[in-house]
Amino acid sequence: MVACNNGAGGYKGIPFNRQKTVVNALRIIKNMQEIKPPAHTTGSVRWLKDNLFNTWYNVLLSCLALIFLFFAFKGLLTWAFTEAKWGVIPANLQLFGVGAYPREQIWRVWSVIYILCVLVGLSAGMWGGLTLRFALVLVGICFIGGLSPFELSTRGWFLGAVATTVVSLFLGRGRTGLRPWILGAWLLSFPLIMIVLRGFGENGVLTSNWGGLLLTLILAVVGIVVSFPLGVFLALCRQSNLPAIRWVSTAYIEMVRGVPLITILFMGSILIPIFMPGLDINQVLRMMIGITFFSAAYMAENVRGGLQGIPRGQHEAAQAIGLNYAQTMLLIVLPQALRSVIPAIVGQFIALFKDTSLVAIIGLIDLLGVARSVIANPDWFGLQAEVYLFAAIIYFVFSYSMSYGSQEIEDALRVGEI
Amino acid sequence: MKTHLTEPQEKIKNPIIICEDVHKWFDDFHVLKGITTSFEKGERAVICGPSGSGKSTFIRTLNRLEEHQRGTIIVDGVELSDDLRNINLIRQEVGMVFQQFNLFPHLTNLQNITLGPIRVRKMTKSEAEEVALSLLERVDIADQAYKYPSEISGGQQQRVAIARALAMEPKIMLFDEPTSALDPEMITEVLDVMRELARSGMTMLVVTHEMGFAREVADRILFFDEGVIVEDAAPADFFDNPQHERTKLFISQTLQH
Repeated sequence: MVACNNGAGGYKGIPFNRQKTVVNALRIIKNMQEIKPPAHTTGSVRWLKDNLFNTWYNVLLSCLALIFLFFAFKGLLTWAFTEAKWGVIPANLQLFGVGAYPREQIWRVWSVIYILCVLVGLSAGMWGGLTLRFALVLVGICFIGGLSPFELSTRGWFLGAVATTVVSLFLGRGRTGLRPWILGAWLLSFPLIMIVLRGFGENGVLTSNWGGLLLTLILAVVGIVVSFPLGVFLALCRQSNLPAIRWVSTAYIEMVRGVPLITILFMGSILIPIFMPGLDINQVLRMMIGITFFSAAYMAENVRGGLQGIPRGQHEAAQAIGLNYAQTMLLIVLPQALRSVIPAIVGQFIALFKDTSLVAIIGLIDLLGVARSVIANPDWFGLQAEVYLFAAIIYFVFSYSMSYGSQEIEDALRVGEI
Repeated sequence: MKTHLTEPQEKIKNPIIICEDVHKWFDDFHVLKGITTSFEKGERAVICGPSGSGKSTFIRTLNRLEEHQRGTIIVDGVELSDDLRNINLIRQEVGMVFQQFNLFPHLTNLQNITLGPIRVRKMTKSEAEEVALSLLERVDIADQAYKYPSEISGGQQQRVAIARALAMEPKIMLFDEPTSALDPEMITEVLDVMRELARSGMTMLVVTHEMGFAREVADRILFFDEGVIVEDAAPADFFDNPQHERTKLFISQTLQH
């Protein structure tokens, strides 16, 4: 604040009761950025008054809504804390997590988690920001897991994961030069994780035993990671100057979009073996392919929307400095186009994540499938609400993380925007 | 060179751009109706004319942002054709400045300038940045290097765009109405940069409505109307002794305000 040292004398000729105004006016002239909006135009009370209680019928509606919310939440909370039998969740936690994955092979899943912990830790160290927050959440969850009353070995695995993440975080700290290597490592971790989970031959774990959240996540991650570049490629093809490429791409996109996902999954499951009898592809892989191809068509349309938003002048300027087609797309057009469609793309990722539950129709037991089988178990009869609510919370946590991440990425990429 | 000009114009000694009977259609609309002219190395030509006369389309055919459908264009000894290699060669030699600046909004001003030298000229990053910074100095906005285009004024953006084109060390600079999208007070700062460039001996083709600039800087003024060159003269002759009625009308209308 600007100090006002006019002493006790005040300004001559100005009535005392006006002097404060004059002083304030001088302050304002001296330091314009000091001006704050008048208090009554902002703040939460003002907002409530403006939006919820501004007319008599809004007051009425707001009160009714508050009463409804009160009773609804009261009912839910009372049920959750007094009637619900939450014992069903910890008792089946492994089932929810990995489905029918054999117990003696569970080290494979932990190995995968450790691989991810190392990568997340290193990334968090190198990038900070969003990745760091993500790593801290991971550490927090594993820490809680380590303190929970599981078997000793499980708790050991959890605490080991905490240690692995933290150590990797410190190892990665400040080594920004290694960033490209880590990106490569993330890509390579993909097949590695599959191999670790599957193992080899009879000693490994058949994919038909993969289940629960593990299966849901594998299907979703494969779908997202593969359909994204495929979708970008299809979108570029659809914008191509060469009619043949454009037509093939358009036909593919329109065909896939005209068919429900469930039909594609059925086709993958039933028709592929009929048409290609010699080819023995396992069910999980077929579902991955179906989900990916389905998602790619929608991705292509989202990306195309972004491409169309890029002014012609950007292409021309890129060409005028001699960039070729690939450079123009990769360096100028796609970075701008993709940034503008992040919300749509992430919305589609979230939809894909939840749509993986459709694999239940060909007998794979994903998270929702496990929930159904637990309810069908006579030991846990009548506990639908608890089990489904738990499944819903898991779905929500992952979906919301994606949504949150997308907002962070959008903010980070908002550079240079008007 | 594949084409031989049958009748080289007498004053042209060392043409860097040769146009022979250039035609261009947008669907059925005949935009360029047989443009035949040539430009010397170091020549500063201003192209003017009413809107829709084909003047912008003409200079855009010179680095093949528009394809011409008939005739021949030879730039720096290379004929413009469907051959992609030729086009990319030409685009390295021909810099272009647009009416709407067309800076890349996701890159800083410095990155806008270094992109071409790094990716096309295969300079190292540090070399390219050195060149870019000296160019920014030349267009008098070195202090804006690390800002984004949206953070600077229109006049400054256009100067960055000029620096971006110059960074490719072009032999020819094309300006497509470089000041038409600017506020009046920013026009001067861009024109100053162009004057300086003209003094340095750059071959410049400028589509503009700035008649003061044309009179002062140009060696030659070409007046386009309805897809043909109506008048092609030195500034003094063009303004004081125009040969065609259409030109007289245009000059009287532009000089009125």
